[in-house]
Amino acid sequence: MSTEGDLLHTVTSDHISASRKQVGRLMVWISAGLFAVLALLQAAHEGGRIALGFETWRPVLYAYLVWATALCAAQVITRGEAGKRTLFVLPAVLFVVSLVVFPLLFGLYISFTDWNLASQDGAQPNGWDNMRQMWNDSFYWNALKNMVYYVLAVSVEYVIAFGLALLLNAQIRARKFFRVVFLLPLMLSPVAVSWMIGKSMMEVRFGPLARLARELGWDSPSFFGTPEMARFMIMAMDAWTFIPFMMIMLLAGLQALPKEVIEASKVDGATGWQSFKEVIFPLMLPVSVTAIVIRIIFKLKLADIIINVTSGGPGGATDSVTSFIFREYRDRSNVGYGTLLAMVYLVLIILFITVLLKAVSRFMERPA
Amino acid sequence: MTATTEIFKDTDATTAPQFKWWSSRIAIYGALILWSVICIFPIYWTLTTSFKLAPDVMQGNMVPWVDYTPKWRGWESLGLSPDLIGETSTVREEFLKRFWNSAIVAISASALAVVLGSLAAYGLSRFSYRFGFMRNSDISFFFLSQMILPPVVLALPFLVLYKSMALLDTRIGLILLYTLMVLPIVIWIMRDQFQGIPVELEEAALVDGLGIWGAFMQIVLPIALPGMVAAFILSLVLCWNEYFFAALLTSTDAKTLPVMVASQTGSQGINWWSMAALSTAAILPLIVVAVFLEKYIIKGMAAGAVK
Repeated sequence: MSTEGDLLHTVTSDHISASRKQVGRLMVWISAGLFAVLALLQAAHEGGRIALGFETWRPVLYAYLVWATALCAAQVITRGEAGKRTLFVLPAVLFVVSLVVFPLLFGLYISFTDWNLASQDGAQPNGWDNMRQMWNDSFYWNALKNMVYYVLAVSVEYVIAFGLALLLNAQIRARKFFRVVFLLPLMLSPVAVSWMIGKSMMEVRFGPLARLARELGWDSPSFFGTPEMARFMIMAMDAWTFIPFMMIMLLAGLQALPKEVIEASKVDGATGWQSFKEVIFPLMLPVSVTAIVIRIIFKLKLADIIINVTSGGPGGATDSVTSFIFREYRDRSNVGYGTLLAMVYLVLIILFITVLLKAVSRFMERPA
Repeated sequence: MTATTEIFKDTDATTAPQFKWWSSRIAIYGALILWSVICIFPIYWTLTTSFKLAPDVMQGNMVPWVDYTPKWRGWESLGLSPDLIGETSTVREEFLKRFWNSAIVAISASALAVVLGSLAAYGLSRFSYRFGFMRNSDISFFFLSQMILPPVVLALPFLVLYKSMALLDTRIGLILLYTLMVLPIVIWIMRDQFQGIPVELEEAALVDGLGIWGAFMQIVLPIALPGMVAAFILSLVLCWNEYFFAALLTSTDAKTLPVMVASQTGSQGINWWSMAALSTAAILPLIVVAVFLEKYIIKGMAAGAVK
């Protein structure tokens, strides 16, 4: 990631006249002024102070777009070639900042209010009340605990995915066929999966999996009866969809391994298991770590399957944080409290990922 | 090369390795076929169930034409069976509307993300920037760190903001959010792509009188096209399957296919054939994509793995 310094070095000799610079600056300031005036006007209108105003905030959004466009155009007008360079990154930066940073700040504000969309009052700041409510909300802590289980399940997925990647990397016929087949579960939408597997194949009376379970001697199969079983089934379904993802990354890693090293270990008389343990696995560590970290990041967003199969039940045993907040909003329209829970979750995730990345980099630097 | 004197290769010494080879072959293909069945069976089950009737579902019939005669009942409930295709059908219109919504949202969001992401990735891989205290690696990290942002954090603020901007239940609103969601992944893939293209190519183009944007458009883009296709397809898959935001932010007009599938699951009871038909219709486009464009999907996912 050594991207400091211009890789593509350009020598530019722009002569930008003072009036041209003036025009550029004026564009930005006028559009920013327009945006600010409209926003203030609309805020006053919403607050009920003045009658003048719009139905919605939509015009303010348009003013923002005008400002963003003017800012991009002004880069080229005021700074010439250097501005053209900035123009590569600026749109994406503006896009992300306006869609992430602003809503996050706004979310921070509503997370300290008692905003309920069902009530007419709007938002009233209520200090630390939400925080106290969260502290006593056993369902939220339960959901966080479930997330720990879900994340730990990644290790099992990793083992299976590694096994499959090794299989696909072996000398086999019809490799392309198997690769496509193994990839298919990743293509399916979690919602469809939750019906296909969770609701029909695991249906107690007629589902093929229930029939199979009865054949194998489980008299009354119920896949979502006990908390442990239900949680395991959610894990299994999620694993089924996402194992291909890790598998492909690991397969790419395996195919990029230097052939000579593995052949050398064969020549030295290593058995298959030895050459895997002593050569392939250590060489695969960086790829494995990348795959696992990305998989964990995806896992932390787990919700669709839970919402559609168990809605958190039985008794919150399968709830993930996301599905819990989803229901908090769906059932109670409790925007303020739900946002606070989400914010706390975000902080926890950032801490967790930071520690994880630190630990990983420490671990990787250690001479093996 | 050793001249073999044996003609019959059935002594213990020669059959042992053969046996070992065969057993490992059988183990490998056994495992491959087992996992293929695990992957395929749910899809097969859904597809066949969409042609079943109630008795077939209850008796657990599996193989069409052997166990049971396929019927169009499931597809009739979507208005998509051969004898209904000519007539007007409200169910079909409803379904096609959802399908169309999903398609438009997924395609535009992916296209927008690929455009924004490629530009940013190219800039970050070629020039050095400084926005305040942020240098290139900080900007890269800023983009990539969006990946860990869980959707639930943005969902409720966006709900409120969209409501006040009249963007709730519109396709534009969904497109913006989906673009945001896949942008980090696109940037990740594309940065990898651009770093693999030698800078000398652009230098030559600059010497020949192109500007930096000209060099980017005419020289770099054609080379990076496979990577862009990979990023586009991966985004398409993610956007097509997205449920969480769509469930929160759409109600009637902009409802996407996953929301429709989810809203039907509760109400259908044992009416499996129509659910199966709906699920099949929802997953079919991506299965087609997977079969024909598998190369690109794998390329996209492998991009970050191997540095």
